[in-house]
Amino acid sequence: MIGIYLIGSVSIAIGLFFCKNKNISFGLLGLFLVLQWILTTYGISNIRSTDLGYFTYDPLAILLLITISIIAVPALFHSHIYLNDQPAPPSTRAIYYGAIVLLISAISAGYLANHIAVTWIFTEITTLSASALIYHHRNKLALEGTWKYVFICAISITFVFIGILFLSLSLEHAGSDDLTFANLVANSAKLNPFWLKLAFLFIFTGFTAKLGLVPMFTAGIDAKDKAPAPVGALLSSVLMNLGFVGIFRFYIVVANTPLHHWANLVIGIAAILSVFVSTVYMIKVKNIKRMLAYSGIEHMGLVMLGVAAGGVGYYAAILHIILHAFVKSSLFFQFTQLYRVFQNKSIYHVGNYFKYNTAGAMVLLLGFISATAMPPSGLFVSEFMIFRSLFEAHQIFILIVVLLLLTMIIWAFGKNIFKILFIPAVDFDDSNVPKISPWESLSQFALLALAVYLGLNPPTDFVNLIKESIMLLPN
Amino acid sequence: MIHVILIVFIMTLFYLSIANRMLTYVKVLALQGVLLFFVAFMQLSEINTLNLVLILLETVVFKAIAVPVFLSYILKRNNITREAEPFLPNFVSLIITTAIVVATILLSNSIQDTHLDKMFFVVALSTLFTGLYFIASRRKIITHVMGYMVIENGVFVLSMAVGNEMPMMVNLGVMLDIFASVLILGIFLNKIGDVFKDVDVDQLTNLKDY
Repeated sequence: MIGIYLIGSVSIAIGLFFCKNKNISFGLLGLFLVLQWILTTYGISNIRSTDLGYFTYDPLAILLLITISIIAVPALFHSHIYLNDQPAPPSTRAIYYGAIVLLISAISAGYLANHIAVTWIFTEITTLSASALIYHHRNKLALEGTWKYVFICAISITFVFIGILFLSLSLEHAGSDDLTFANLVANSAKLNPFWLKLAFLFIFTGFTAKLGLVPMFTAGIDAKDKAPAPVGALLSSVLMNLGFVGIFRFYIVVANTPLHHWANLVIGIAAILSVFVSTVYMIKVKNIKRMLAYSGIEHMGLVMLGVAAGGVGYYAAILHIILHAFVKSSLFFQFTQLYRVFQNKSIYHVGNYFKYNTAGAMVLLLGFISATAMPPSGLFVSEFMIFRSLFEAHQIFILIVVLLLLTMIIWAFGKNIFKILFIPAVDFDDSNVPKISPWESLSQFALLALAVYLGLNPPTDFVNLIKESIMLLPN
Repeated sequence: MIHVILIVFIMTLFYLSIANRMLTYVKVLALQGVLLFFVAFMQLSEINTLNLVLILLETVVFKAIAVPVFLSYILKRNNITREAEPFLPNFVSLIITTAIVVATILLSNSIQDTHLDKMFFVVALSTLFTGLYFIASRRKIITHVMGYMVIENGVFVLSMAVGNEMPMMVNLGVMLDIFASVLILGIFLNKIGDVFKDVDVDQLTNLKDY
């Protein structure tokens, strides 16, 4: 099935690239969504089976595949609205649609890959397709963002490759050359610890560019700022999850060796630094999109803290990335409408949003409540579990520091959001503000509601899938 | 013999660290490509012929000819000045590069591993860190690209070390090379030169938080 999917989506992407007719483009996009959902349902019904040798429908991949398939629908819908509102030349439009299809399919295939080199290849393809999308506006700032993104991603992808080389050296001691995750876990007792340490450092550093963690988070921020908002939604939700998959699958291998404690230390340090860095930037930031992007850094820091703390933290981490993907993408989708009203992304020039678009303002308010993990947000549940895991791991000091930083983040985030919602912008001429249909906010409400539902009342299958995906980890 | 070539490779790093003119950088990159060709030719004796030919073609055609020609074309087309304009004096650069090489030698002495030729490890790691140092210490964007090419060469040396057991690794490395270089150089050739007239990193500071 994955073969049909990859061939199909690549040919759809090529078709979109050459097609200048709007109706045919819509047909092709619809076809792609159908294909995406066929793959997802096939994966659900054939769970744990292996396809083409390099792709396995394991529980973690299935969870994230369902997430991306849900988010892909509003992403394409809002891309359509976005391109109608800010008309681009037909060729730019064609590149946009082709690249977004390629991005979604590369991320999906990256989730399913069961071989570390295959994950790596698809991560590389996401860099290529994302760079075409970031450069959508064809101006100087977009070029700067694209260049920084491409360069940092190229370096981090090289780091991952070096890590894989060290990993293969480590695996030689086990007398095997099969770099599938299953084989690595099976041979984890025989891996050479020195090379494994080096491999973990390089692979972790490399994937942080996609995950959005210290040290390589900078490129992602610029990319989410300059990319069109529907693309920003994908970059700050499902693409981050791909970085998580890369790190997490390899972490499972390391966790089964004596290096488990050391790896937790590395991850923990990077995670706390990420929360700290995002706090510093959140207090200062005045660009709404960048604010949302920094909030993503904070959440990924929390996720990795959960992983480092272990115990219930593993469960919480996976729940958190899924819920975060829904919440953050809905905030980014809402941003396109905000931009249409104010034609600006600086907090200074935006305000009193309730007056111009009530439904949209409600999304922002609910999204803020969700993203800062206040009840009834689903993220409250997962964050609470992460704190519990830190408490159970006897890391009280770290817990206190993180809680203090989170308080500051909530204050900064809230200050900016309430300014957008209630305080009128200085010198804003509202005589020709466009009327925005409340129906455009429907998908955002649905995503936010889904996050609440999955957090507060998770279905049994969902819980079982999460539990199975952390089954290989030691307690 | 391989060791001699690898030592010459390390010497090119020292030469790069004190090089002043942009064209010297291009020429040294071409030389590194040729050196890698010989290393691959002698080291990868156990892999099948077709694969070997592919890898050799990549080193000669891509690393030693295509990339340098491309880079010098960009230099001419965008009227990039001839000086490399490092942030630090050349003498300091030389000291830092030496320190990097010495540090990797010390690190490699702590490894007890019969599977690995330590020479490859030292050369690869010092090339990697020297490349990162070049990126951090040079002002022009094009020198950043060259620093990245140096890193790629280091990675290629490292993949040689495991190449006989896992030829797939070398192939993946070749793929990474071509993919990333084409992407980076493609953006550079098409866009950066046209938009940013005097190609300097100081101009890439417009994305701000407020």
